[in-house]
Amino acid sequence: MLRLSIQARQALARLTLPVLIVASFGIMLLGKADTLIAERARIALGDGLAPIYAALASPLERIHATITETVALWDMREENARLRDENEKLRRWQSIALALDAENQRLKASLHWIPDPDASFITARVVADAGGVYARAVLLSVGPNHGIRKGEIAVDERGLIGRITEVGSRTARVLLITDLNSRIPVMMETSRAHAILVGTNGPRPRLQYWPEGIVPQEGERIVTSAEANAFPANLPIGTVHYSASGAAEVEPAAMLQKLEVVRIFDYGLNGVTAPEPAPARPTPGRH
Amino acid sequence: MAAIDRRPGIRPRASVGRRLDVIARIGFPVGMTILLMLLTQAPLDIPEQAALLPAVALCCVWFWSLFRPSNIPPLAVFLIGLCMDLLGYLPVGVGIFTLLAVQALALGVRRSLSRRGFFWIWGVFGGVAAAASLSIWLLTMLLTFHLLAPYPAIFIAALSIAIFPILAVPFAAAHRSVADPDQA
Repeated sequence: MLRLSIQARQALARLTLPVLIVASFGIMLLGKADTLIAERARIALGDGLAPIYAALASPLERIHATITETVALWDMREENARLRDENEKLRRWQSIALALDAENQRLKASLHWIPDPDASFITARVVADAGGVYARAVLLSVGPNHGIRKGEIAVDERGLIGRITEVGSRTARVLLITDLNSRIPVMMETSRAHAILVGTNGPRPRLQYWPEGIVPQEGERIVTSAEANAFPANLPIGTVHYSASGAAEVEPAAMLQKLEVVRIFDYGLNGVTAPEPAPARPTPGRH
Repeated sequence: MAAIDRRPGIRPRASVGRRLDVIARIGFPVGMTILLMLLTQAPLDIPEQAALLPAVALCCVWFWSLFRPSNIPPLAVFLIGLCMDLLGYLPVGVGIFTLLAVQALALGVRRSLSRRGFFWIWGVFGGVAAAASLSIWLLTMLLTFHLLAPYPAIFIAALSIAIFPILAVPFAAAHRSVADPDQA
């Protein structure tokens, strides 16, 4: 071992902290210059920790379920009445939907419509928040050999939640539609006008760049648009809601605050995120 | 200088078990900090859970830098900061710088502060937590080229101040018992 005088050793000890503070600035520059290093380190860390969090998830969920069930027992009667009402309403809607579906099939058949390809999907459990304080993302635990790719679309039982941005060997990260960096081409359902949905890190992303002469209506449904070939058309996202300051925002249909299980769809789209040029594909819908 | 050379006197023979005991005691502050940070990432389903990670890291670094600086060297704080950046999805380096700055402050005021009571330590930590969350906020904005809302920063500061006593009471007990290498 290197022998040093006590003074030299004390001087060295006093120097460590300033040197490390300078090194932290060096790391900031390095992280800015090469974002891949940090991304790889994060994926590796996530891959290592995901099984632990997944193991913790089921007992924590059981505790949660017990608490909610105890609370639910209190107002079961009212809940029952409400559900019966809702069931009645939904049954009416179901008959309308079935009739419309049959009509749609008939019209498509008479138009020689080429059906959209069926999408394959994988279901995965959300194991951790992966956004930190200044981002909105979740980490999925997806077992080895999952075949998930960047840019695939994540959906919960109610609507779109976001897209896969990073893929590890047993985890995948989904950037939520509320994240500051999220930009999604959307369409307003009644006016069929295109717009861009811009995340703000808040609970409701903002609607921007709709064409002149069209005003998004309060409560209007917002769906994805197939423009830019990044999303399939007509995935439900949410409804328009005007904020107190008069900005058009979208109330997401998905329960982004408490995501448990999500489905990841592979529509075979690689419009925006694909690094290599996509192979030529036949354009659907032409005769 | 090994801990064993610092105090002359009669002591038990340095067996393997005793050595492990000493190592565990020396490693307690850093090990406990990293363990708590990993726990904050577990799926606990608490609203605004993401703010717990920086808050816990700030409390731990402040407490142990005041009371046992020899067992939480700057290199360990560097590693804790790196963990915070990677786990909390901050730009790499932001947490490292902030926690090192907190340690530098703690080492600076250590002599005068350790003679005063808990409320002084807590009060000064309030200022330190506010400055640290401000530093995280400003550096993140600088490195991501985005204007970010200030509420998360305010929330981190408030949360750190609120959980400091919850962590400090068991830490103070550990400081006198399981984290003390002289009791090995």
